[in-house]
This record gives sequence, structure tokens and C-alpha cells, in this order.
Amino acid sequence: MFENLTGKLGNVLDALKKRGALKEEDVLLALRDIRTALLEADVALPVVKAFIDKVRAEAIGEKVLRSVTPGQQVVKIVHDALIETLGHENAELNLATQPPAVILMAGLQGSGKTTSAGKLGKFITNKLRKKVLLASLDVYRPAAQEQLEILGRQINVATLPIVAGEKPAAITQRALKAAKLEGYDVLILDSAGRLSIDDDLMNELIAVRDLAKPVETLLVADSLTGQDAVVTAENFHSRVGITGIILTRIDGDARGGAALSMRAVTQKPIKFLGVGEQMDALQPFDAARIAGRILDMGDIVSLVEKASENIKLEDAKKAAEKLAKGNFDLGDYLDQLRQMQKMGGLSGLMSMLPGVGKIKNAMAGANLDDGILKKHEAIILSMTNKERAKPDLLNASRRKRIAAGSGTTVQQVNQVLKQFQDMQTMMKRMNKLGGKGMMRSLQGMLGGNAMNEMEEMAKNMQAQGNGLGGGHGILGPNPFPEK
Amino acid sequence: MIGFWKKKEPEAKEQPQAQPAEEKKGFFKKLSEGLSKSSGKISTGISDIFTKKKLDAATLEQLEELLITADLGPATAAKLAQAVGKNRFDKEIAPEEIKQALADEIENILKPVEKPLDTNAAKPFVVLMVGVNGTGKTTTIGKLAHHLKADGKNVMLAAGDTFRAAAVEQLKVWGARNGCPVIAKETGADAASLAYEAIERAQAENADVLFIDTAGRLQNKSDLMAELEKINRVIKKKIPEAPHATILVLDATVGQNAHSQAELFKEIVNISGIIVTKLDGTAKGGVLVGLAERFALPVYAIGIGEGVDDLRPFTARDFALGLTGLEEEYARTD
Repeated sequence: MFENLTGKLGNVLDALKKRGALKEEDVLLALRDIRTALLEADVALPVVKAFIDKVRAEAIGEKVLRSVTPGQQVVKIVHDALIETLGHENAELNLATQPPAVILMAGLQGSGKTTSAGKLGKFITNKLRKKVLLASLDVYRPAAQEQLEILGRQINVATLPIVAGEKPAAITQRALKAAKLEGYDVLILDSAGRLSIDDDLMNELIAVRDLAKPVETLLVADSLTGQDAVVTAENFHSRVGITGIILTRIDGDARGGAALSMRAVTQKPIKFLGVGEQMDALQPFDAARIAGRILDMGDIVSLVEKASENIKLEDAKKAAEKLAKGNFDLGDYLDQLRQMQKMGGLSGLMSMLPGVGKIKNAMAGANLDDGILKKHEAIILSMTNKERAKPDLLNASRRKRIAAGSGTTVQQVNQVLKQFQDMQTMMKRMNKLGGKGMMRSLQGMLGGNAMNEMEEMAKNMQAQGNGLGGGHGILGPNPFPEK
Repeated sequence: MIGFWKKKEPEAKEQPQAQPAEEKKGFFKKLSEGLSKSSGKISTGISDIFTKKKLDAATLEQLEELLITADLGPATAAKLAQAVGKNRFDKEIAPEEIKQALADEIENILKPVEKPLDTNAAKPFVVLMVGVNGTGKTTTIGKLAHHLKADGKNVMLAAGDTFRAAAVEQLKVWGARNGCPVIAKETGADAASLAYEAIERAQAENADVLFIDTAGRLQNKSDLMAELEKINRVIKKKIPEAPHATILVLDATVGQNAHSQAELFKEIVNISGIIVTKLDGTAKGGVLVGLAERFALPVYAIGIGEGVDDLRPFTARDFALGLTGLEEEYARTD
């Protein structure tokens, strides 16, 4: 979601970086542009003002302006201020209490509470290995309780049985009792959406809070929110007392202003980001990463985590050995395609790479589409095992058959083969580079020395000078055809 | 022009679902309550700025910032502040006059998009509801259906959100409340084929209006937008002119991202108009001003609550007065 802000800030800061010497006016001018960029990104006005004041105070000083690289220094100051505004503490979920630890979800209508409750239930069950009970207190929106029940079934997390006509306070009591008696570690209470100025409903929420004594009261907020983000966050915090924020829909194209605003006014950490509609699309929040993303410095840590979650060590080793021997075939390419899809597809991966924000528009023009991965998969699946091992076998009539079998055209089949060839060539080159190539990176990544290897890889990719086409590292060859 | 909203008072009593205990408020009272919550800050802000002051550049910049806090966006805010400053610059001026000038400017921009939904143009009149997740598409269908039923129309609903858990059930509840048949399949079914069948049913059963709900989707998700495009295409197979209205439902809390939403949904399914929901909250929905300038899409109605009656016609004047905080004063003197 931060890409648009990234583009705007990137331009301003790039201009600064290029300058050898900086005058005070140069910095002030840049700050004016940064202010507009932040406002266009829906960062709340008071937050923008505080942010600009802070950067100005630090950037306009002898030490910075007289330094060898004043532009770089200013960029660093902006970066640090962003991180500070986003919160520098690592905001882990606090479940340290006599079980059941209660988590109360609150927020406006349609901010994504129920979906987030489901995702959080899955996260706690799978990652923290705790036994979770979900209970919906939403007796207003039709079928809201059923929604949570269905989600619970999907993710194998228990939900409190629905009793028709029961009031939120009564449901809370029943849920607490059930959680205690049945030995649950965590109880997630999903409350109904409410306006922060609706006294009746806010009082209801306060009553629930007093009954359940939650260790975490999480405000679920939509990242598409505009200036109202601060009002809502402030109101919920002053009335109910939140302990953290879950920011949803950050996979949209909003510019992320709400994240900066809400953290700033509540001084409560953003704990999670909702990054998609699937139940595993929930990410713990890390201010440094987001600030890096805003300034287009890439989010290597997320990329590595994603990779290590989804790629099995043996698979990677196997692929590396094959490559070393020079017999990496189309079947292996298929495995790579699938790994990529697991890691969130092209767009998901690209958004985490440094410098990509700047070529984002070019990518949009190039029809960057995750559907292409599926097409490539279909084409390879339409080949026989023999053909996959020996692409040389593929004469015209075989290619025709493959095109028909995969619902594509011969041209598209040719494209896949061409790219596979390019990839092999690239692999050989990378091997010659002395182990800076893909497989070393892969192994290094899984071996622990992740950060450096990945960064090196990213640098290699850029150094290849092919722009996007150079992205052959972990991702395989450029899988988007020139249309 | 309020046409199908007129009859609401008598029917309101038979509303089957227990709403949170709340006395029925009058039309104007509720609307002004909703909007004045959003306007309070602008209003006091303006008074703060302009009491006993000359209209200078700094003051206009402050006015611009106040408009920004109402989600009008930096560009529109700058333009409006400039328009207000024209011919008044460097003169002593009363806050009231500034408010009035601001309200007039906003009303002028919004007036052309003040167009209610007319469902008489075709039969069945097919309405496709689209928007990002959580804006209130299903709830808005429930309210629209209620008003049309009250107007004697034969209304049918199609539960096209086959993705989100219990979305189908949610629309079914609204169907039962309003006494409208609901065409539905199981969650996970193909939304386009459901739309096709719904149109067949609407034609066979002589429905006046058919509302097709869709799953919420972020406008930058190309696969989900392609699915929406397919629904639209399949509808046209059955009735080439349909959907007769494609409504983008916008949440009033939305910021400048609304521009991207309108742009991309327009590109994919050629939206015919907008409904803004949740205007009873603290959000001002000021982005609507910029949208009106840029896209000139009709605003059919506004949502101001969760009840079946909480839908109002959109009027440029009320919205402009609400944004500038003049409305309360008028309500007092009326």
C-alpha cells in the first residue's frame, strides 16, 4: 500500500541525494514537498506537522549541511523520523496472564474485525501453539456470528456455539466460562462494529471490557481511512483503552497514512497488518520494515521470512545440486514457479525488493500479472516428463500439442522456452560469478546468513543491468513476456 | 426528486429485526446530527481563524488545512481556499461570510451530481453493487430494497458475494426482513453464473428491480477485478443494456484512496453512480467534492446508520452546509 507515498518521497529525496552541497533553502523546499506527499497519503494534518517540525529541527544544522553527504544525511533523518512515528518498539502480542488470555477486537463497521479475528486465531494456534476459542459478540449485523463460526471451521479453531437472542455481555460471560472450563489458552472476542460517537454501543463495549478484562484490546482499522483515522483512534483509545492496532487491507493501493496517524495519536503500537483475504494473510508489524518500504529501501527481511517459510531446505539443496551439474530442467522450473506462487506471487515479491517502487509504473505497463505464473505452470504441465527433462525434444508439432493442451498459443509456449533458456544461461553466468548466484543465496538464506546474501543478490540483480529482466535470483527468470 | 424515499415513516414500525434501542429520529434531525458531527471541527476552526481578522495568505493557508482535515484532499482544498479568497483578500471579513462562501463553492461543485436513482427505466431494472471490502454493499441493498418495496415495487436480490463467509446468509436476512426473494448459491459458487440465473428468475417472475450483490474487492487486485468484469459481461449476455445501474459503495471514512477506487471500478465496470455510507460517524466524506469534480458521477444516496430506514437522498446543499457547519445555525433559525 505504501508504494504511492514511496514514489512521491522517493523523488523528493532522490533530488536531495544527488546534490553535493545543500543550502538551508534546499532542505526547506524538500520539506514542503514531503509535507504535500504525506497529506496526499492521508496522514493526519497534526501528525504531518509534528513530523515536519522534527525533521526540520534535525536536518537544518551545521553538522548535517556541512557534512560530506548532506543529502544522504537528510534521507537518514527522514527515515529515522518515519520509524519513530511508526513506533520503534517491537510490538509483540502480549498473552502473559493467567489463561485464558482475552483479546478484544474493536473498531468501526466494515474495518475487518471478524476476518482479522479469524486470522489472529489461526496465527496464535499455528505460530504460538496455543489453544484458541473464538466468540462473536456481534448481535447486530445479520449473520455476523455465523461468519465467525464458518471462519473457525475453515481454520480449525473452536468457536463458541451461537445462542440466538443472547446479548453481548451474556455471550462474554458464557465465553469466559467455556474458555476456563475447557482449558483454552486464548479467548478472542469479536465485537460488533460501532461508531466511536455512539454512546450506547461504546458503553456496551466498555461493559464487555470490564467483564472480560482483556490483556489485549486491539483496534481494527482500515488502511484506506482518511483524516478520520486520528479521530476514531483517539475516541476508541480514550473510551475503551486500546493496547494495539491491527491495520487491515494494506494490500490495497492506499498510501499508508493511517498507519502513521493512528500510531502517533494513540502512542499504541501497530501489532499486525492484514495483507490479503486469505486466512494466513496476517503479518506482525515491524516499523523499520515499513519505513524501509515507504522510502523504497526494500523489505528484505519479509522476503527472507517468506522464503524460509515456504521453501523446503531439501528442495533448495536438490535444485542447487542440479544446477551445479547443469541439468536444471523444466520440471525444476515448474517447482520454482510454484514456490513463487506460495510466496505471494510476483507482485507480492516485487513489492519487497529494494528500488522496485521506482519501476513500479513500468511494471504496470508491462502487464505484470500473477496469472502469467499460472499460464507458465499450465504450459509445463502439458509437457511429458521426457519433454520437461529435455526441452530440445520440443519440435513444432509437440509445441502445437502443448499449446492446445494448456489453452495457450504456440507463441506463448515459445516464450516459456525462451525464458527457460535465458534462465539457464543466467544460471551458468551466476555460477561463474563465484557463488554469488541464486543457489548460494538460497542456501545462505536458509542457513541463517540471510540478510547479507539476499542483499547481495538484490545488488547482483541490479548489477546485471537488465532492470526487471535481471530478477533471476530466487524468482527464476523474468516470467512476464513482452507483449 | 426524493421519489422512492417518501413513504418511509409508516412502514418503519414493522421493521422485524430489533435494532439497538433507539427512538426513531426525524429525517432532518438525524441527518443534521450525522453531518454536524463531521462539520463541528471545520466550523469552529473557521470561526477561530477568522474572528476579527484580515483575510491574508496565512489565514487562507489555515483554511486550506481545515479542508484537508475534512478529507477534501490537498488539491481540492487549495482550489477552494483560493476561490474563497478571491475578491475578499485583504479585507475585514466575518466568519459567517467565509462559511457561506465556502458552502456555496462546495454546493456548486456537488449540485450536478445530485441525482437520485430512477429504477423505472427498465424492467427488470438490474442494479450491480460494487466496492472494496466492508463499505456496506449488502446493508445498502437491504435499505434500497426496503424503500423500493415500500414504493410498491417487486424487488429481487441476488447474493453475488460468494466469497466471504456468511455473506449469503447476511443478504438472506435482509431478504426476509423486506419480503424479497433472494437468489443464492453456496459460498464458493461462481458469482457470474449466479448473476445470470438471477436475471432469468427476475424476468420469469416479473421483478421490477434486481439487486446483484458482489464480494468486496480491492481495486488493485487484477484477478478479482477480472472476475467482476466477467460478472458484468455475463449480465450483458442476458440483457445487453444491463446492468442499468452499477453503484460504487464508498465508506465515508475513506481518504484520498476513493479516487483510485472510483477510477479503477469505473474502468472495469463503468460505474453509473455512488452511494456514500456511514456518514453518521465522525468522518466527513469530504473526498466526495474532489470525486464530483473529477468524475461527475451521480451520488444516488447517503447512508447514515445501520437501520433499514437509514438511507437518505443526497442533496448538494445539505452536504455543503453540513461540511461547513452552517446547517445547525439554519436549523435553529428555521
